[in-house]
Amino acid sequence: MKLSRRHFLVLAPAAAIAWKSVLAGEPDQAPNYKLSEHWWGMLIDIPKCIGCGNCVRACQAENDVPDGYFRTWVERYHVEDEDMTNPQVISPDGGKEGFPVAKEDAGKYFFVPKMCNHCADSPCTQVCPVGATFVTPDGVVLVDQKYCLGCAYCVQACPYGCRYIHPDKKVADKCTLCYHRITKGLTTACCENCPTGARQLIDLKDPKDPIHEFLKTHSVQVLKPQMATGAKAYYNGLDGAVR
Amino acid sequence: MNLFKDAGHLLRFAGLFVLAFIIFLVVRGYVVPKSFGQYGHYRGNAITEMAARPVKFAGHQTCETCHSDIAGTKGQGKHAHVNCEACHGPLAKHADDPSSVTPVKPDTAALCARCHTASAAKPKGFPQVDPADHSSGAPCETCHQPHSPAIGGTETAPAPGGTK
Repeated sequence: MKLSRRHFLVLAPAAAIAWKSVLAGEPDQAPNYKLSEHWWGMLIDIPKCIGCGNCVRACQAENDVPDGYFRTWVERYHVEDEDMTNPQVISPDGGKEGFPVAKEDAGKYFFVPKMCNHCADSPCTQVCPVGATFVTPDGVVLVDQKYCLGCAYCVQACPYGCRYIHPDKKVADKCTLCYHRITKGLTTACCENCPTGARQLIDLKDPKDPIHEFLKTHSVQVLKPQMATGAKAYYNGLDGAVR
Repeated sequence: MNLFKDAGHLLRFAGLFVLAFIIFLVVRGYVVPKSFGQYGHYRGNAITEMAARPVKFAGHQTCETCHSDIAGTKGQGKHAHVNCEACHGPLAKHADDPSSVTPVKPDTAALCARCHTASAAKPKGFPQVDPADHSSGAPCETCHQPHSPAIGGTETAPAPGGTK
């Protein structure tokens, strides 16, 4: 069969499009885990946190977080009675080895564990120029490190300071909400190792999750609600001094 | 009137554009991963790759399948809600191969102090001591068994070299 130039020009793009749809194939699915059935978040119960740093160490062990970088860290606030708007915040080595002993004196102290808020309308994913970071259908903000260029736009865009450029891989790195654990039915490393239950993994799409009852009966807020990020790190008993 | 009269040079040019477009589609077909756009503007397989990473903390449910006696003791005491690996460290490898990977017994002097050193920053209801003053240097486990820390707790000290 002789293909005229005209026919070739018509058929070639059609063939290219058809070939692409063949390549797309069937999506890979993890067994027994349905993306559409979950909407993950975290409850952080400030009055329970003792600042032991177990979460920070567990996170570093589980996720090979390099020294001096943190996917989660703990801050200690000291709010003095006469200076409510200027809290003194320390986080020595991310709180990994605990905190210096605080003496009873003016004002109050409390610990605030921080981490990626796994925002539903995440500023960090919106600025990625190559589609290397995204919110998964089950509500976890992840980085595709094979696709990331390391431009660090997302590091600047995160209002919570939860991202960093990995010093060896030179790509963006952040909390994955232990995605490799929660998809296997485990809780995150930080929640597993919190001795007081100050951190709880929550699944907002699971009607049996106790978080629903908890939210009805407690004063829970998110960090920087004015940024409208749809943050899903819910803080119970959060002091207004926390930034 | 023939619109295409003397239009041969334009058609050749249009042909070049069409050819470039086809080359673009073919190259794009090669370089864009097939799962790109499966859920959104990203590589869908990145999700499954992330989920496939191995765990390092086995989780207390795994520990309890073998160490049910300790779990029972711990469940009765004040440390009921402290999970195994919070003190013993990441032990998924031990869970996978219990005979060749054996956990090291943690040093209670450092371990207990990590949580229980008194500080004004800790919640008032949380049991806190000044470790230097509290035991005059005696190891914590002289009086408190970590799995059941109340004095006179049910647990006896594990036999040396014991695996439980």
